[in-house]
Amino acid sequence: MNIHEYQAKDLLRSFGVPVPKGAVAYSDAQAANVAEDIGGDRWVVKAQIHAGGRGKAGGVKVANSVAEVRQITDEMLGTRLVTHQTGPEGSLVQRVWIEQAGEVKKEYYLGFVIDRGSQRITMIASSEGGMDIEQVNQTQPEKVVKEAVDPAIGLRDFQCRKVAAAIGLNGKLMPQAVKVMKAIYRCIRDKDALLAEINPLAVLGNGQLMALDAKINFDDNALYRQPQINEMRDFDEEDPKEVEASGHGLNYIALDGNIGCIVNGAGLAMATMDAITLHGGRPANFLDVGGGASPEKVTNACRIVLQDPNVKAILVNIFAGINRCDWIAKGLIQAMERLKIQAPMVVRLAGTNVEVGRELLTSSGLSFITAQNLDDAAARAVAALKR
Amino acid sequence: MSVFVNKDSHVILQGFTGEHATFHAQDAIRIGTHVVGGVTPGKGGTTHLGLPVFDTVAEAVAETGADVSGVFVPPPFAADAVMEAIDAGIKVVVVIADGIPIQDMVRLQRYRQGKDCLVIGPNTPGIITPEECKVGIMPAHIYKKGRVGIVSRSGTLNYEATEQMAALGLGQTTSVGIGGDPVNGTDFVTVLRAFEADPATDAVVMIGEIGGPQEVAAARWAKENMEKPIIGFVAGVSAPAGRRMGHAGAIIAGEADTANAKMDAMEELGLYVARNPAHIGQTVLRALRENGIAY
Repeated sequence: MNIHEYQAKDLLRSFGVPVPKGAVAYSDAQAANVAEDIGGDRWVVKAQIHAGGRGKAGGVKVANSVAEVRQITDEMLGTRLVTHQTGPEGSLVQRVWIEQAGEVKKEYYLGFVIDRGSQRITMIASSEGGMDIEQVNQTQPEKVVKEAVDPAIGLRDFQCRKVAAAIGLNGKLMPQAVKVMKAIYRCIRDKDALLAEINPLAVLGNGQLMALDAKINFDDNALYRQPQINEMRDFDEEDPKEVEASGHGLNYIALDGNIGCIVNGAGLAMATMDAITLHGGRPANFLDVGGGASPEKVTNACRIVLQDPNVKAILVNIFAGINRCDWIAKGLIQAMERLKIQAPMVVRLAGTNVEVGRELLTSSGLSFITAQNLDDAAARAVAALKR
Repeated sequence: MSVFVNKDSHVILQGFTGEHATFHAQDAIRIGTHVVGGVTPGKGGTTHLGLPVFDTVAEAVAETGADVSGVFVPPPFAADAVMEAIDAGIKVVVVIADGIPIQDMVRLQRYRQGKDCLVIGPNTPGIITPEECKVGIMPAHIYKKGRVGIVSRSGTLNYEATEQMAALGLGQTTSVGIGGDPVNGTDFVTVLRAFEADPATDAVVMIGEIGGPQEVAAARWAKENMEKPIIGFVAGVSAPAGRRMGHAGAIIAGEADTANAKMDAMEELGLYVARNPAHIGQTVLRALRENGIAY
């Protein structure tokens, strides 16, 4: 789960990370009030959407007067910001974050992730702040420093000093760096985050370290024990079909093709999309119905897939382990009847109770296109589009 | 022969009396699995499916000589249950749960250091040696004894590969699901090493997916350390970057995480790569033929 920058900054501040004085605003008038409240003579107005790449897209602007804060906010609110991460439709800007603009002397990168290689929380730091760390890692790997944390011992001061020295945070900056590093570590550990990233971590004109941007991503599987984080979820940032699907225990991700997919298991769901692509088609979505799917759940899956107006054919691919092909078949028949589905539906069933499932589909008298295997199913789905 | 589990394995199930554990214990027993009992705290001293139920794994081990455990407890309690099994001296622990907090896995992996125990999973269908021993939730009847090993992150793709092989008359020595989570107990290399050492295994199918460095690390290891042919497939060529595709671990965070980058690397490192998920079975056949292995 992602949160907004203003939420991340509030959270990090509560752990002791220095962030600029600022507040969130939902209107131009409120933005002007915020600017006056926090004081200063220069402010940064930042569009609050989850996607990255806001700066280049015009979602981060400097204002030199309260009037300008008001004007920039007025221009930003209600627009759809298109960044390299949002897709062409962009993300609606519903709030902005206003903060004091400081004089920046140098920018660093500081992040913590759960590293899949070492299987530990790992600090990543670089003297090259304000840039995409993935890119720095590719072009100047010697400028990216990593330090894994033993979960039984925690992050030690010496590890922080080692990393700080390696990226050039020496002298008076070092004690500040150690404090910031330990604070972010406590945040990722205590709040079950997967990633916490400060980019840039800036040295200001007065010699103070400051987190100018903040991005935190949380472990969905741990939200049950993180009520404070769970409340920060912004459903407006998510595809409504995906939100509805997750309410039904379905894992749905919208894509831009025209063949709707209903599959069980994440791996088979991806492979089904791949098979469609190999046959020259384009999948409209990823959908995993999960295990033990009831007829009702399968009907809901059909409904959600069909909410996408681009869907012109449906491919159902089920290899039942803990699922039952007869339940799947019942759900599909129910969907055909209740939703009056016009789009051709190709069905491939295998595994538990497959004979019963196939018999149900055949005897229903409905126009299912049955397929024998994965390849056959993908071929028939692509062919069905051309009818 | 086989890897990790066989007809002599003494299997217990943690969370034994639950619905899924009960169903799959019966399926396991049907194919010959030596299930010796189970653990459900608070129900010690009772019987379930005619087998003894214990309050703790330690008691189960002492009474039954169990050396393998299938953990069927829900995600919030799963990591603790695995640690209990390790503490009690269990040698192979299979964790089914999908949804364990990743930091629970980070702590579990730390706890395991220096202890002699294999943890398979989480978020896995489990492990099966056909006609001998099943610890998991896979449909046992699709697996037939044969001479090919399977190791996969995905459960349903494991079934898919199994069915494609069955259509060509090929069976398995053992099939291992290492699971779809980003931090898991057993990596591909551990399983490949075991298959390489198993005289009954002639070739190995390795099924990966987008996200993480494991597939390429395994292919690199295999180039130096394996004689037996490996057939590789990676799901998610059509998956968008930055989205978690069902499995917690299936997310493209960088170029190396993509399915094509992984399959390119596998090919360069000498694996037989099936570029089409429907061609896994026939690629196994080709690998066997080209290596002069009878089947």
